[in-house]
Amino acid sequence: MNIPENLLYTDEHEWISVEGNTGRIGITDYAQHHLGDIVFVELPEVGDSFAMRDAVGVIESVKAVVSVYTPASGTILEVNEELEDSPELLNEAPYDNWIAVMELGDKSDLDKLMNAEAYAAFCQTLED
Amino acid sequence: MSLRQTPLYDMHLKYNGKMIDFGGWELPVQFEGLGIIKEHNMVRESAGLFDVSHMGEVFITGEKAEDFVQSLVTNDIKGMKDFQILYSPMCYPDGGVVDDLLIYRYNNQKYLLVINAGNTEKDYAWIKQNLIDGVNAVNVSSEYAQLAIQGPRAQEILQKICDTDLDSIKFFWFNPAVKISGVECIVSRTGYTGEDGFEIYVKADDAAFLWEEILQAGGDLVTPIGLGARDTLRFEAKLPLYGQEIDRDITPLEAGLGFFVKLNKDEEFIGKSALINQKQTGLNRKLVEFEMLDKGIPRSHYEVQKDGKVIGHVTTGMHSPTFKKPIGLALISTEFSETGTEIDIIIRNKPIKAIIGTGLFYKKQTKAK
Repeated sequence: MNIPENLLYTDEHEWISVEGNTGRIGITDYAQHHLGDIVFVELPEVGDSFAMRDAVGVIESVKAVVSVYTPASGTILEVNEELEDSPELLNEAPYDNWIAVMELGDKSDLDKLMNAEAYAAFCQTLED
Repeated sequence: MSLRQTPLYDMHLKYNGKMIDFGGWELPVQFEGLGIIKEHNMVRESAGLFDVSHMGEVFITGEKAEDFVQSLVTNDIKGMKDFQILYSPMCYPDGGVVDDLLIYRYNNQKYLLVINAGNTEKDYAWIKQNLIDGVNAVNVSSEYAQLAIQGPRAQEILQKICDTDLDSIKFFWFNPAVKISGVECIVSRTGYTGEDGFEIYVKADDAAFLWEEILQAGGDLVTPIGLGARDTLRFEAKLPLYGQEIDRDITPLEAGLGFFVKLNKDEEFIGKSALINQKQTGLNRKLVEFEMLDKGIPRSHYEVQKDGKVIGHVTTGMHSPTFKKPIGLALISTEFSETGTEIDIIIRNKPIKAIIGTGLFYKKQTKAK
C-alpha cells in the first residue's frame, strides 16, 4: 500500500496536499484498491463551497458507488476534468490524479486529519 | 449466522479471492491481481474458471417424472431427447416467477433441475408442495460442486484432460459420465456468460482437485473468475438474473422470456391461465434495453421517468466492460417502450437522459457447436 509522507489523510481514505491556502484532494491507494475498477467520476462544480466532510463527488467502480468527502472546508477552485473521460486514472495513479483543488476555508480543519504514519496504522486496523 | 462455504473455499483463499457474502455464501467477488474488468475480458477473449457450487441441484425421478416437470415449468419438455437440456422459468399460479432453471433430461423418468443458489430452499419446498404420486424429488445440492469453464478457449483447455471428445457435447446437451483427469463428472455445454463453455458437476470431495487440474491444463489461457465478472458477463449477454429481470412479481412475459413460455402446450402447468390471460389482455410493462445519452451509470432499482412521471425501474445497469459504456435493462410501461424513446434514469435524485434501443447487448462471437 502506497502512502506518501507529504500528505494528510481522512478515515474515509481521501488525501489532501496543502500549499499555502489551497488544498489538492484525491483518494488513496487503499481506496482505489478496495473499490476495484473505477468507471465513473462525478466532480463538483468550480465555485461550490463545502464544509469539512461534505460529499464533493461520487466515484463508481464496476460494483460500488461511493461518495468522496472533503478533507477540509473550502471552495472549489479547479476540478480534474480528465477523470470524466478516464476514470481509470484513479486506479493507475491515485496520488498523481487529483480530483479537485480548493481554497481552504478553515485551516484548523487540517489538525483533525491523519499524517502518513497514523493513516498507515489506521489502514492496518481495517485489514486485521 | 455463519456464511456457507463451497467445497472450493480453500482454492479461493489460495488464489487470493476477495471474499464477500453472496446471499449467505462466502464467495470471491474478484481475484487479487486481476479485478472484474480483466477477469471479464479473459472470459471474452480466452477462458475463465468459475466456482458455481452454490447453485442448487434437485433430481426428479419416478414413473411420472415427465408429467410432473411438465406441470411445473412454462417451457415444453415433451420434445426433449435424453441428455438434452432446456431452460425454463417456473411460475406461481399468478404468473410471477418462482425461479428460472435448467432441466437436464436423463430419460423420461429422471431429470436434474439446476436452480439458483438463493432460491434453492424455496424452490425445493415449492417442488415438494406440488409433487404428485409416482414422483420423487431429492435435493442433492450439498453433494455436488459445480465448476464452469467459459470462453472461446474453454474446449481446447478442457479437452486436454478429458476422456470424451467434447465435440460430441452440443450446445444445451450433456454427458453424465465424463472423466476429467480421471474424475467422474456430469458435463454440459452451457453457461451464463454469452460464451462457449462447459458446466461441470462433480462430487464435492473431488472439486478442489479438478479446479487445480483445469487451471494447470489451461496455463496462461485460463484464470479464476469471481462473482463480479460473472454478473457483468451474464448481463452483457442479456441473461436474466432472478431478483432483477425476473422475480416473484414479474412474469416471464414481461421479462421478454415469452419464447420459454409455451402457452399452447397441451398439459396444464402452474401459472398457465394467468399467463394466457396476461398475453390476451396485453402487457402493461416490458423489459427494454437502453443506453445513456448523458453521463451516469444506471444501477439496479433506479427509477425510470418520462416527463417527470415514474414509468418503471432499472432491473440491471452497469458500465459494460466489453462496450466500454453504461448500458441497462429496465422494466417500464409498455406505452413508452418503443425503440428510440428518450427516458430519464434517476441517478442520485437527478434525471439523466437515456434512450431505448435494441441490439445493445453482446452476441456470442464463436459459433455454437
